[in-house]
Amino acid sequence: MNKIKETLMGKKSFVPFITAGDPSLDKTEEFIIKMAEAGAGLIEIGIPFSDPIAEGPVIMDANVRALSNPDGCTTDQVFEMVERVSKKVDVPMVFLTYLNPVYVYGPERFCNRCKEVGISGIIIPDMPYEEKEEILPAAKAAGIDVISMIAPTSKDRIQMIAKEATGYIYVVSSLGVTGVRSEITTDLGEIVKQIKEVTDTPACIGFGISTPEQADKYARVADGVIVGSAIVKIVAEHGADAGPYIYEYVKKMVETVEAVI
Amino acid sequence: MSKGRFGIHGGQYIPETLMNEIHKLEEAYEFYKKDPAFNEELNTLLREYAGRPSLLYYAEKMTKDLGGAKIYLKREDLNHTGAHKINNVLGQALLAKKMGKTRLIAETGAGQHGVATATVAALLDLECEIYMGALDCERQALNVYRMKLLGASVHPVTTGTGTLKDAVNECMKEWTNRVDDTLYCLGSVMGPHPFPQMVGDFQSVISREARAQILEKEGRLPDVVMACVGGGSNAMGMFREFIPDESVKLIGCEAAGLGVDTDRTAATMATGKLGIFHGMKSYFCQNEYGQIAPVYSISAGLDYPGVGPEHANLHDTGRAQYVPVTDEEAVEAFEYIARTEGIIAAIESSHAIAHLMKLAPTMDKDQIIICCLSGRGDKDVAAIARYRGVDLHE
Repeated sequence: MNKIKETLMGKKSFVPFITAGDPSLDKTEEFIIKMAEAGAGLIEIGIPFSDPIAEGPVIMDANVRALSNPDGCTTDQVFEMVERVSKKVDVPMVFLTYLNPVYVYGPERFCNRCKEVGISGIIIPDMPYEEKEEILPAAKAAGIDVISMIAPTSKDRIQMIAKEATGYIYVVSSLGVTGVRSEITTDLGEIVKQIKEVTDTPACIGFGISTPEQADKYARVADGVIVGSAIVKIVAEHGADAGPYIYEYVKKMVETVEAVI
Repeated sequence: MSKGRFGIHGGQYIPETLMNEIHKLEEAYEFYKKDPAFNEELNTLLREYAGRPSLLYYAEKMTKDLGGAKIYLKREDLNHTGAHKINNVLGQALLAKKMGKTRLIAETGAGQHGVATATVAALLDLECEIYMGALDCERQALNVYRMKLLGASVHPVTTGTGTLKDAVNECMKEWTNRVDDTLYCLGSVMGPHPFPQMVGDFQSVISREARAQILEKEGRLPDVVMACVGGGSNAMGMFREFIPDESVKLIGCEAAGLGVDTDRTAATMATGKLGIFHGMKSYFCQNEYGQIAPVYSISAGLDYPGVGPEHANLHDTGRAQYVPVTDEEAVEAFEYIARTEGIIAAIESSHAIAHLMKLAPTMDKDQIIICCLSGRGDKDVAAIARYRGVDLHE
């Protein structure tokens, strides 16, 4: 069993997301350490992209801030940052980015570098099931999980996707893009039930979640809860000083999620 | 690998949220394109509402002045709404109705596709929302007002470069937000399958007519067929029926902005690299890490960092040739055709005219060129005046 599945199986996990390079790669390194110390089960790291079509305004702005950083935030620089931080934390880390940066870097080169620096998986929102051959062979060869996404509109596709999923399954809670939502109307229980019928790969729910109340609710349904925009918002607000605030937020969410039996 | 390939290009690289919807669209299109009733309805609208067939006009004065090949202009500028865009919109809007959709969303660059979508939405009683880059809203203020007049809501997009690429991003996001009652009425031969195929099919009426018209007028096929290329819909419409005619040379003219050796360009074939973006594998202007480049052209309609996958394949196979045309050359052509033929052509189409002006004199008098005049240039007059330093505001 690989590192991701091993970590997420048999308990409830809180999975925070952070955009690399916002406000700087040194700060991202510090924030990752804070999230690990606060008990994150797994950490998603966004490699910024110029046109992140699955992101709402909060994460999109973080991508802009990261890419306009005068010290740069190239894919190579993100790899170097992860290489440094993975010596200091033990929590599994995955990348979230878009297909073009991976494709242009070269799938083999990208996945091999992931393996070298200690990245366990990769999420690519604009690579659906039918197109995963672009990356999957290279990822398999390097032992990197390609994380599958399942959406409220997936319906008859849920089990087709779940059967072949490795690492964990990213269950998208709502239509639209990432971002904080006050209400989520999708029947997530039913989606997770269908997933569980065909696989033991853990299922984590993300998109729109920000409060402990929501985290509690979805931790009861799934194996983990993913939060991005709410954390990126803390970075937007506090900038370089966001570390302690991130720690507090993640700690509270971890406690909430882990308290669910 | 998914369907919808042109060589290695094309595909369906979109978020999972849209996959079932795109498959539904694919099925509906495959069904209705063979449905005689649908085609009858579409052809009636093209004839009675859009004003087709468009003229194949012999530009005698230009021909004499340039002193080479015989020049014909395919007058898409004379269609209702003033550009080729209506051909595609009528097809997609009718398909949307058949699919039970009540709302169209669309991106627009120069505003021509937005105006066409708003127009047809008004005609067919569909709700309509247009996404347009904030910079483009400024460049094409008249078209923004026109869309509102037609009952559409216009959303200025301030993210990124505030141009066509960003309008496409926002439109895709809006589609993931509301798929059930909405069709994304994509304006070019780009995006995920089935859009490149479908938009190309709807636009191929241009070359179907032009081919028959030139055979009627000249009794033979042309030597060159040319058009401007942004995403590439008027060019694909102009090329399609001539692709099997190997003697016909196909030329696409892309926007070089300030020049292909500068970073202020939108010439994808000349400066782009293979990538995957906006739902398709194709060529894109981008940096070494795959970040999409902020492109530039005086023409809002050609100011796009990618090109449709079918064009990318025609480029790979050498069937079509793609040439860059600068802002300055396009503006000169804009002025030249106005003066010479009394036609105010869109600044987009003027890119093709600019290359035509270089090419025609190098050809023999018994050779024939057909150039697609994709749209009229009323919308561009103020911008061209400003380019020439005339303080004119709309």
